[in-house]
Amino acid sequence: MWNGDPIYLMQNLILKDFRVRYRNMSLGVLWSLLNPLAMMAVLTFVFVHVFANSSIKHFPVFVLCGLVPFNFFSLAWSNGTTSIVDNADLIKRVPVPREIIPIASVLSNGVHLLIQISLLLTCVLASGIGINRNWLWLPVVWGLEVVFVCGMALAFSAVNVYIRDTRYIVESANLVLFWLVPIFYSFERIPPQYREFYQYNPVAALVLSLRNILLDASPPLTTTLLKLAGVSFGMFIAGWIVFRKMRDTFFEHI
Amino acid sequence: MIAVQFDCVAKSFARHAGRMLIRHRVKHWLRGWRHERFQALTDVSFALRHGERLGIVGPNGAGKSTVLNLITGLCLPTGGRVTVNGKVAPLLELGSGFHADLTGAENVRLNAALLGLSRKQAAERFPAIVEFADIGDFIHEPLRTYSSGMMMRLAFAVAIHVNADILVLDEVLGVGDQAFFEKCAQRIEDFRNAGKTLICVSHSLNSIESLCHRAIWLDHGRVIQDGPAADVLRAYRGASGHA
Repeated sequence: MWNGDPIYLMQNLILKDFRVRYRNMSLGVLWSLLNPLAMMAVLTFVFVHVFANSSIKHFPVFVLCGLVPFNFFSLAWSNGTTSIVDNADLIKRVPVPREIIPIASVLSNGVHLLIQISLLLTCVLASGIGINRNWLWLPVVWGLEVVFVCGMALAFSAVNVYIRDTRYIVESANLVLFWLVPIFYSFERIPPQYREFYQYNPVAALVLSLRNILLDASPPLTTTLLKLAGVSFGMFIAGWIVFRKMRDTFFEHI
Repeated sequence: MIAVQFDCVAKSFARHAGRMLIRHRVKHWLRGWRHERFQALTDVSFALRHGERLGIVGPNGAGKSTVLNLITGLCLPTGGRVTVNGKVAPLLELGSGFHADLTGAENVRLNAALLGLSRKQAAERFPAIVEFADIGDFIHEPLRTYSSGMMMRLAFAVAIHVNADILVLDEVLGVGDQAFFEKCAQRIEDFRNAGKTLICVSHSLNSIESLCHRAIWLDHGRVIQDGPAADVLRAYRGASGHA
């Protein structure tokens, strides 16, 4: 029915989100930096000075490698979950392909993400750790993460139309996830019997890979990478199928 | 050549009155509860050729908007078949898809993309859209500063420049002033001369009379009368006590 240009539409929707979000903030994009910087400072204070923990070098950068992926994931997931309900006027009035809405909502967090990644890379350089050629892996691991979040957004935005408390479940899950992702502890502290399983969490896998690349100057582990890719594409396909099954009756339930 | 065809179309909606939380779902699932349904359309059939201008009249809740939603492809019929040949430009509600915090110009681009224009088409038609809307410097102001008439001008200007084969209007021409209405009527005339189809819903029988040559009278989801606009409107006025 709708035979427009999905890429042009996607760009416009992302631009809309970006403009609306930052036009109403006096500090503009600085807000994107403030949250991770404040969290980094607090976590560094707690885990370096309160619970003396000297085994981890470059603790602030170490923490930031965990915070940036987690922030992106939790924000994009919760925005993606409410995207269909929030854009009720589009669902009700314009016959655009519905898949575009949750994906655009995830990608519009990408702007936010790019700012935070630049902050992370700046902090890496400021701590005296150099650039290495494994940085070429960064787009790969981040790309897989975006694929994963798009899959989550597709599935949860569809379910949220039928069960409106889904968004609160997502918010609670994000709180739990903060502790299940190695943000302020290292992977080595996890008991060996859980390690295998742990890497199936794409957010944790991304954090581990980032630390490999940025702090140890080594490529991400092949097993971690494979698990990240498998779970990400699996989630995307699952999300797509769920969304397809439910989208025809969105109109009646919004 | 047929533009829009309805074959015995039925459409019903689930009534759930906001019961969308987990406990409702679990309760319904455990008790095997089935949704009560509201029958919006029953056995509606008509065929519209390219170039026809159809007005749909009827009291509130008659199913007029549901017909437009089915034509636009926003929802699927529960029974029967809807066939649409050609590109549809819907203008279903004032400023749908517009965002209050964006400027008029930004909204024009967003809306053009939503209605299916490509980047190139949007760039080419942008000056014409702004000129047609004719709202002066307000085009660079956020939409929340607009009057409803200005918003309608902008929305209509985008929709008319989509170059669709079928233009669908739902009760949107009411808020413009006489001068703009005449401009729209002129544009719709050009649209018709180009062999395109217009479908509009309005409670303003005068605007239906001046825009459309055919009308359908709907009541409680059924077609009461379908024929030349003058005849249908006379019967409808008589039945509902209009002057």
